[in-house]
Amino acid sequence: MIVRQVSVFLENKTGRLNEVAKILGEAGVNISAFSIADTSDFGVLRMIVPDPGKAVEVLRASYFSVQTTPVVLVTSPNQPGSLARLLSILSTENIFIEYIYAFSMNEDSAVIVIRPSDIEGCVGVLDRYREELGVGPGGFQV
Amino acid sequence: MIWNETIECASREEMRRIQSERLVETVQRIYHSVPTYRHKMQEAGLTPSDIRGIDDLSRLPFTTKQDLRDSYPFGMFTVPMSEIVRVHASSGTTGKPTVVGYTRKDLNTWAEVVTRTLVMAGVHRNDIVQVAYGYGLFTGGLGMHYGTENLGATVIPISGGNTQKQIQLMQDLGSTVIACTPSYALHLAEVIKDMGLSGDDLKLRIGIFGAEPWSENMRREIESKLKLRAIDIYGLSEVIGPGVSCECEFQCGMHVNEDHFVPEIIDPETLLPVAPGERGELVFTTITKEGIPLIRYRTRDLTRLDYTKCSCGRTLVRMEKCTGRSDDMLIIRGVNVFPSQIESVLLDMSETEPHYLLIVEREGNLDTLKLMVEVQEQFFSDEIKALEALRRKITHNIQSTLGVSVEVKLVEPRTIERTAGKAKRVIDNRKI
Repeated sequence: MIVRQVSVFLENKTGRLNEVAKILGEAGVNISAFSIADTSDFGVLRMIVPDPGKAVEVLRASYFSVQTTPVVLVTSPNQPGSLARLLSILSTENIFIEYIYAFSMNEDSAVIVIRPSDIEGCVGVLDRYREELGVGPGGFQV
Repeated sequence: MIWNETIECASREEMRRIQSERLVETVQRIYHSVPTYRHKMQEAGLTPSDIRGIDDLSRLPFTTKQDLRDSYPFGMFTVPMSEIVRVHASSGTTGKPTVVGYTRKDLNTWAEVVTRTLVMAGVHRNDIVQVAYGYGLFTGGLGMHYGTENLGATVIPISGGNTQKQIQLMQDLGSTVIACTPSYALHLAEVIKDMGLSGDDLKLRIGIFGAEPWSENMRREIESKLKLRAIDIYGLSEVIGPGVSCECEFQCGMHVNEDHFVPEIIDPETLLPVAPGERGELVFTTITKEGIPLIRYRTRDLTRLDYTKCSCGRTLVRMEKCTGRSDDMLIIRGVNVFPSQIESVLLDMSETEPHYLLIVEREGNLDTLKLMVEVQEQFFSDEIKALEALRRKITHNIQSTLGVSVEVKLVEPRTIERTAGKAKRVIDNRKI
């Protein structure tokens, strides 16, 4: 399924991530998953949250640069080889991945967040290969 | 030695007579050939016949860099382009440079005044002068070049940069004079040391340094490291280029070639002349230039004038080292930088008010520019490569506008300090 991921521009310095976590915590917004892409000077914090609208609102109020980006969320069997199967299908189908991150839900399933260059194309491919991959539509509750 | 003793040691009365005659002639000429001047004089209720001598100078309206920009490129030229044999240009604040044009007579005048300044500095025809100012649109290189040839000394027209080669030629060709910016002189000294050499291994005896502000501390440092006498030279392309004024060997103020460029000091707030000897903004009127004569041009440089006779025998008025600016212009490695240039580049890219902070540092001996730009949401992309591309694009656009390299750092919104609602734009950490 397609969800709105919340991205925040952060300078690469002490306390910035803490600041975001604090603001979201005080606003009662849970962070289900996140990753950070960084360079020597700055980073981009990407988060999956249950209420992207609220997260954006409270972060903007504290003058952060915030953006929401559509990403594809898939649940996949939590076992060796399943990520490889997913990636090889996407690559065979020419779906380019801008970035990707994942986390384990439990012993049975993991959730993978994909930012493909072509969102609709990626969802189409995942639908077609659903049984082969054993992927769910992203049944995980954010 | 004095190159032109009749002029350089003239009595005050004689100098004022020369200035009066030339001012009257210049005002006649510009009134009839440059609409900008004619309109300004008409607004001030003046006709050319009201200007009868140098005492009437302060009645004339001022000219500013904005006037030159508004008339870009040739609007303030007094002669047809067929009479112009060369143009130079300095960087502008809105992407457009300020263009100045020279007739053949102007180039001769320029060579004459540069020759005078070289001789003031102690250069003679047996010297080998390495001109390490940039050659090109910048007036530094070619200005020093033709003055040196006019003197009869040997020119090494190496231009700026390429430090290793500069030092190699100094050694191999035995350069006795170096002309460059003072910060580059310090950089040369560092590299000379890194190469295991010292000032004693070179034949340099005089350095002619200008195009940026420098202090007495820098002078002492350059003199002890390069084993030479460091002379301050002043000029600006609008007036002519290098050679407007220069120190003599006594290093006690820069003698202004006032038979060509008449200096005044005004209060930048009231625009009235200050009391004799008071510090204020330097204003120049060119009284022999043909291509683009300037009437009461506001340089924005702060200094003061000393009319007492110098120990060298010259009576040419002396101006003190410039102590600052009456506007926000910065001089970075000899290049004029206005914060508004950065603002307009960022504005072009984002279409909203950019927040930035320019930090100037002196690292080693070279000035560096660091630009912090707040990543407002219209700049922000979720993808690192887009942010890196943004950073490169800002860097490229700023560098091509300013002509100096800049390190761009993207920072979070609201991290640049605002004072009373307005952001502070420049931090200059240089200890000059």
